[in-house]
Order: sequence, then C-alpha cells, then structure tokens
Amino acid sequence: MLNYQPRDLDQVFGALTDPTRREILARLEREEPLSIKTIAAPFTIKLPAVMKHLDVLSAAGLITRSKHGRTVDVRLSPERLREAAEWLRRYERFWSPALDRLTVQAEAKEAEAREAEARRAALGGSEAPDE
Amino acid sequence: MTSITLVRRIAARPSIVFEALTTPEGVAAWWGPDDLPAIATVVDARVGGAFRIRFPTYDGEEHEAVGEYLEVAPPTRLVMSWRWTHNGVTAEAEGISRIEFDLRPIEGGVELTVTHADLRNEASAAIHALGWPDSLFRLRRLLEAAPPT
Repeated sequence: MLNYQPRDLDQVFGALTDPTRREILARLEREEPLSIKTIAAPFTIKLPAVMKHLDVLSAAGLITRSKHGRTVDVRLSPERLREAAEWLRRYERFWSPALDRLTVQAEAKEAEAREAEARRAALGGSEAPDE
Repeated sequence: MTSITLVRRIAARPSIVFEALTTPEGVAAWWGPDDLPAIATVVDARVGGAFRIRFPTYDGEEHEAVGEYLEVAPPTRLVMSWRWTHNGVTAEAEGISRIEFDLRPIEGGVELTVTHADLRNEASAAIHALGWPDSLFRLRRLLEAAPPT
C-alpha cells in the first residue's frame, strides 16, 4: 500500500541503514546457513558487536537463528525483505511516472502555445511570444 | 533532514509548467503513480491555501493526501506540505513531509527539480541512506536469491 507503512517495516529499513548489516545479508544471500563465527570472521569488529547486529536483523525479521549443537545457524528470512522491496517500489513508482506525465502534458501545452503564436503572427500580429 | 530528489528537463516555458503544478486540471492530469485521472482535486495555490487530492491506482485502490501551500512564487518555486489520509484519517503530525518544486529556465525549456523532503520516518531515512537505485538493486538481488516461500 502506497500510504500504508507498517511499523515493522520501519524496523526493517532501520536495520538496512547499517553497512555491516547489509553486508551480513549479502553474504547470507550467497550462502546459508552460516554460523555466527563465519559471519563475524571478515569483520574487524568484535564478536559481541556482530552479535548486536544480528540481534537487530533478527528483531526486524530479516534473519532467523537456530541452534544446532554448539553452533548457531543463521539464515536469511526473505519475507520481510520482500515487503520492504515492495514498499520501496511503490514509493519510487509514485513520483517518476507522475513527472513523466507532467512533462508530456507541459510539452503539449507548449506546442499549442507556439501554434497559437504562429497563427497570430501569420495574421499580421506583431506581438512577440511570451517569455 | 532526509529527502528524495528527481529532476526533469521539460521543453516548455516555465509559466506553462508552473500552471500544470498549480491548477486543478493540470494537477489532476499527472498526479499519482498510474496513468489514471485524479478523482477529486483541490488546488488553492496561494500561501496557506489547501491542497487535496484523491487518486486511483491500477490495483483498484484509491489514495488520498492533503497539504497546504507554504511558498508560491510563480514561475520559479512552489512548496507544499503533504500527508496521507487513510480511510478518512489523516496521518499523525510526524507523517507530514514537504514537497518542493523548483523551476530553472534552461535553453529551450525548464529544468524541474522535485524534492520530497522531511521524510522523517525510519523507512524514508533508509531510502535516503541507501539511495534509490542502489537499495532497490540490493534488495532485488537478495530477493532473487531467496528461496521461494
């Protein structure tokens, strides 16, 4: 819904504002499940900081964590992302086509105005076109 | 302050473009995401004047928003507030955003810059932070890779 913005989507977008969290999602996109240790490995930040990012992603419904023995499997949870993408598409969809139509409309009006001016000129009028 | 900005170069004189922005007939013809005429339009384009639009979309839904004109400077600048109403209920104050239209004369026409500003909520902040095309690309990549549910 264009004008419908559930609070949990706010949480999703909030989670997506952070580059570390986006990177985690991108890695899960390529390969899942990943253990927390594997996720943390490429980052210079410490494990607790990574855990906090995972908490945010989990609270937003973007990932799921499940315990397997001594490791925790982290998986992508696509449903929230799908909703977020849909929201973005709808909002983007709002302005761009509207301005395209405005352009077409204004250019048609301009052509009409020029024709009218040309007709007036042909009739011997000496007035200069506006602007 | 978060905002999105779009720019269009239009082969028409500024006064014509400004008229399309500030008359009910003009606005009704282009406003909204889908190529359907607005159902009801109030355009009182003077400072403090009201804006109200109700427009349909291809999915059969109708959307309504209200606003107030904050700056009206023909034919160069138009600023209005904007908030959605949903089932007759107007969005809370934090839902107010601002739309700015700036017209700059260029060779053979006008450059129109539209800024949708004061998008304060988290979602809009994310759009701003990620950038439109980039965020969409990223999300699409994630979605395409996601297994069907």
